[in-house]
Amino acid sequence: MIEFHDVTKRYPNGYEALRNVNLRVESGAMAFLTGHSGAGKSTLLRLTTLLERCTRGQVLVGGHNLSRLSRRRIPYFRRNIGVVFQNHRLLMDRTVFDNVALPLVIAGHSHAEVGRRVRAALDKVGLLDRSRAFPITLSGGEQQRVGIARAVVHRPRILLADEPTGNLDPELSREIMELFESFNHVGVTVLIATHDISLIAHMGYDILTLKDGSFVHGAGR
Amino acid sequence: MAPSCTARGGEQMASAPEPATFALSSTGKRWLRPWLTRHLQTFFYTLGLLSRAPLASFLTAAVIGMALALPAGLYVLLDNVRDATRGWDGSNEISLFLQLNISDDKAEAIAGNVRDWPEVARARVITRAQALEEFRQLSGFADVMDAFSSDNPLPAVIVVEPTVGAGDGVTMDKLLGRLGELPEVDFAQFDLAWLKRLYGILRIVERGVLVLAVLLAGGVLLVVGNTMRLGVENRRQEIEIAKLFGATDAFIRRPFLYSGLLYGALGGVIAWLLVWVCFLLLGEPVQHLTALYSGDYRLQGLAAWASVVLVAGGAMLGLLGSWLSVGRHLPAIEPS
Repeated sequence: MIEFHDVTKRYPNGYEALRNVNLRVESGAMAFLTGHSGAGKSTLLRLTTLLERCTRGQVLVGGHNLSRLSRRRIPYFRRNIGVVFQNHRLLMDRTVFDNVALPLVIAGHSHAEVGRRVRAALDKVGLLDRSRAFPITLSGGEQQRVGIARAVVHRPRILLADEPTGNLDPELSREIMELFESFNHVGVTVLIATHDISLIAHMGYDILTLKDGSFVHGAGR
Repeated sequence: MAPSCTARGGEQMASAPEPATFALSSTGKRWLRPWLTRHLQTFFYTLGLLSRAPLASFLTAAVIGMALALPAGLYVLLDNVRDATRGWDGSNEISLFLQLNISDDKAEAIAGNVRDWPEVARARVITRAQALEEFRQLSGFADVMDAFSSDNPLPAVIVVEPTVGAGDGVTMDKLLGRLGELPEVDFAQFDLAWLKRLYGILRIVERGVLVLAVLLAGGVLLVVGNTMRLGVENRRQEIEIAKLFGATDAFIRRPFLYSGLLYGALGGVIAWLLVWVCFLLLGEPVQHLTALYSGDYRLQGLAAWASVVLVAGGAMLGLLGSWLSVGRHLPAIEPS
């Protein structure tokens, strides 16, 4: 589902964030991406969602060679991916419902369909009763769950998360990870960047470790 | 060596019905309903946005309204002047003022002669007595004229009606010249020369209004464009998130285009109201003035079609302004 072939990403200032990276995440797999800050985790995720294009090499996502994907088709490509951010990036002037509805409205679903799917997604993250609340009134853990509901409401094939538990205590972090697991169980390919090794060590999933822009030899499996 | 991650529980994955390749276009053969849905959603969403900041929205619309009201009002005023003078150019006559010593019989003879000219349709004589009587009635100087009664100061006049219209200036001028050269004629005067001059002035004013309208339309574009630029800036975060979740440029542009359209249309309505109020205020003094000219003219406000043009024109200007502005400022925002 996600393949990197000899991918190098060099920024205009000369900084090499990724160096000859190879990666393969099968459809339906769940994996963790770890490494020190600046190791290239975020860059890898950004290349996967086409926020940036790689300098060299090939990125294949969902059967598409991203370097050949025209700018016009990027939006349609992104509708197959759900993204969760460390700071959740909710829109503070919109209700929880409206935040979660955004990907569906973008995809042009009918009003009834939007309502049905948003309620299902909020139910899944246990926040159905807060749908009319504004994000500012929610706790950090709840805000992150709203972010997750938004990331899965349009039933993406791939779920990417960048430090989704970065600001949460261990108990909440575990809950969030279990949530990701449950989406993986229904077939979503999940890739999570985190440096919370203690949390993921005994979850039994592949752990890919980046160091200075390259995968640490023999890491993961 | 490439790290490679596979799914656990292979049988689960085997049952997954979805193909490995993403579809990269909007779904479905049915497009009309989703298209309508999307536009209705955006329309009401935009309406909601505008009504959430009623004062700011009103001020923007009011600026547009004033910019539109000025050319619209001047246009209607011009239209009224043209309307009021329309009846006058139907009569297209030349007055021949004869020498004072020409008798009425002689005047009739000259008129009969002139009547035979091919350029002349009709010619009739106003005798000196008739002229005096007419002047007495119309001028209001009856008492003064009575003092002259023994010695009528007015000449006999032959009113000549040419076969050609006032539009044919060359023929008219030639005819005027020939008539003026008749020995018995003191001078010949084209009655409506002043009207032609008035029309000349009106055409200049009309052109001026047009130039003003173009300038103010440019102003409306700038006002809407600037409002949209601020709007894009204020909603930067929202735009970034929307792009991350696969919003097309068209999707992001749409609410801005709708708000431009609404601002413009609202501006058009405000302009209409302003023109209406102005004409309400002008109506009474204009009637007073026309009464002095023993006329009965009522100011005509904006016609129905002109009102539609005003509101629709405002809406189109708003749309264009936001389209230009958003097209310039949107590409600068990419999610990070």
